[in-house]
Formats: sequence, structure tokens, C-alpha cells
Amino acid sequence: MTLSDWIQPPFTAQQFWGLVILCGVGTWLLRASFIQLAGAFPVPRWLTRALRYVPPSVLAALVVPALVQADTVFTSAWDWTRPAAGMVAVAVAAITRRVILTLVVGMGALWTFMALG
Amino acid sequence: MLAGVRAILPLMPGVVPFALVSAYACKEAGLSLAEALGMSVLIFAGAAQMAFVAVFAAGAIAPVILATVVIINMRMVMYSASLAPHLSGAPWWARALMSYMLTDQAYAVSITRFGERPDQPHKGWFFLGAALPLWVSWQLFTVVGMVLGAEIPPEWGLEFTVPLVFLVLLVPAVRDRPSAEAALVGGGMAVMLAGLPFNLGLLIGAGSGIAWGVWAEDRNNRRRRRGPPEAAEGEDGPSSPSMESHLRGQETGA
Repeated sequence: MTLSDWIQPPFTAQQFWGLVILCGVGTWLLRASFIQLAGAFPVPRWLTRALRYVPPSVLAALVVPALVQADTVFTSAWDWTRPAAGMVAVAVAAITRRVILTLVVGMGALWTFMALG
Repeated sequence: MLAGVRAILPLMPGVVPFALVSAYACKEAGLSLAEALGMSVLIFAGAAQMAFVAVFAAGAIAPVILATVVIINMRMVMYSASLAPHLSGAPWWARALMSYMLTDQAYAVSITRFGERPDQPHKGWFFLGAALPLWVSWQLFTVVGMVLGAEIPPEWGLEFTVPLVFLVLLVPAVRDRPSAEAALVGGGMAVMLAGLPFNLGLLIGAGSGIAWGVWAEDRNNRRRRRGPPEAAEGEDGPSSPSMESHLRGQETGA
């Protein structure tokens, strides 16, 4: 069996499982990278400084595109209900910082806006 | 551990439809139940699994499929680095297990908790309490989706609960001027790059936010050091609360 048989579809069951295992190992290596190395070497100062900005950057990069529906913005598929419900949720989250309340009000706003329009 | 479970519960309604949709995609691509469940157990990463199935169904060669999964999960390295100092007390095998269960959701609720309570005891247990329910429901609803083909009507919009929870976690993460700017840049870049494949918008957006945050901190420190009082009271004091809330409003309402 040549290399190209291994990497080209159609895959046998064995090849499929091999590929899934490779993907699983690769994903685990990414996740384990720093968690496994912790304590093995002194963490450089630039890294500890950078790490303080991971939560705000990552959370904003997860939240904002989902709230404004960035994948359809400026297209005709864009739907105003999620961004509008998002604005309501932003207000509730900033004022109360309460998860359940923000969920209830945000989803309530979404379903209301959907019913309206 | 129970505190971790409590923290993750609001994210469950958003995860269930995601697992069902992901299972549905496996079914459409002609995968067996064992193959779909095998992916969920071995890879355990929703966005990457859905991309795997999409490129697999399109007839991609194996290296492309592997690269797709790795690129989409690259953000886990950031999470790993960010959590590492908090989990360093655990033995290596426990850290190996926690690594396996690392997800966006478990990361977000854990780092928020550890940031709010730096002296939180048993951080590893808190993390596992948050991660384990996600793992169990991901496997469970992969099977449910494959067997019943069940799908929650998309018009219920349950997937929207996930960004809503992350939004509440974003508020305490923005604690000073540099972190507000990091969030602004991260969110803004992610919106502009939303069209990129492989979740690259998230990765590049978050990366730019981090770099900007470090740069902004340096800039503020320089200003303060230069700082006879009038410099600190200048047109934008390093961390005036009004500026922060102004930025936050702009950011999240963008």
C-alpha cells in the first residue's frame, strides 16, 4: 500500500479510525501543552503578562461575533433579532452580572423580537 | 466540585443542541454510531468535529482533515497556558485528564472563578466539576442525535444562550483600561475576520487582543512613569472608570 492510498479517500474503516485517533491525539497535545509543562520551567515574564489578557480577548472574540451575527452582517441573510436581544443582554449583564437573569431576559427578548418580526 | 457544576449549568442548554446538530452532521455524512461516538470521545471538540465531518464528506485527503482539526483547536493552547498556573498543583495524570476535558466553556467559567477568587481551594476539582457535565452530555447527546435523529427546532435559538453566558463572564474580565482595550480589539477583529474558515477569526482576533493589551499596559506604565501629576490627569488618565465603562459599552454593543 502506498502513501497516497493511505491519505486519499475513500477510507477503509481502519484508516478512518487512524485519522480520528490522530486528530484526538493532536487536539490533546494542544490542550495539554502548557498544563503538562507547568512547573517544568520558569515561566518567562512576557508570557505571564500576556496571559492576563487571554480572558478579555478570548471572551470578546467569542461573544461579539455571535451577538452581531458577524457571519451574515452586510448580507440580506442578516437578522436583527439576535443583535437586538444581545443589546438587552449586554445591559443586564453589565448592571447585574448575574448569569441566569441575563439568560432569561436575553432569551425572552430574543423570542419576543422573533414573534414581532 | 459542586461549585464547578453549578457554574457550568447555564451553558448546558446551549451545548445540547450543538451536540445534536453535530451528530446529525455525522449521520448525513454516512458515519456509523460507533464512528460518531468515537469522534466525540476521542476528539471531544464540537467545532472541530463538525469541520472534520464537513471536509471528510467533501472528499478531502487525510492531512487536510487533520490540519483542519488542529487549526480549529489551536485556541486551546491559549486556554492551556492561561489555566496552567492554576492547575499546577495536581499530579501529572490528573492534569492529563483535565487537559482532555478542556473546552471553551470549562475554560471560561474556571478562569473567571480563579480570577475572582485567587485563593479558591481545590481549583482542579472546580475545573473538573465544570468540565465533566459537558463531557457526559456531549457523549449522551451524540448518541441521542445519531439514534433518534432528534433535533431541537433551530428557531428556538437555544445556541444563543452560549454567547449570553460568555457575555456575563466578559464583564469581570474587563477590569482596567488595558483589558478593556484588549476586549475591544479582540471582539472587533473577530467580527471583521468572521468570514475566515477554521475558526481563524477567533484565533487571530483573540491573539490581536492579547498583543494589544500588553502594549496598552506598557503604554500606561510609560505614561505613569513619565508622570508628574499633570500627565496622569491628562486627557485620558490610565484607568478612569468612566472611560472603562465607555469602552465596555462600545465593545459589547458593537
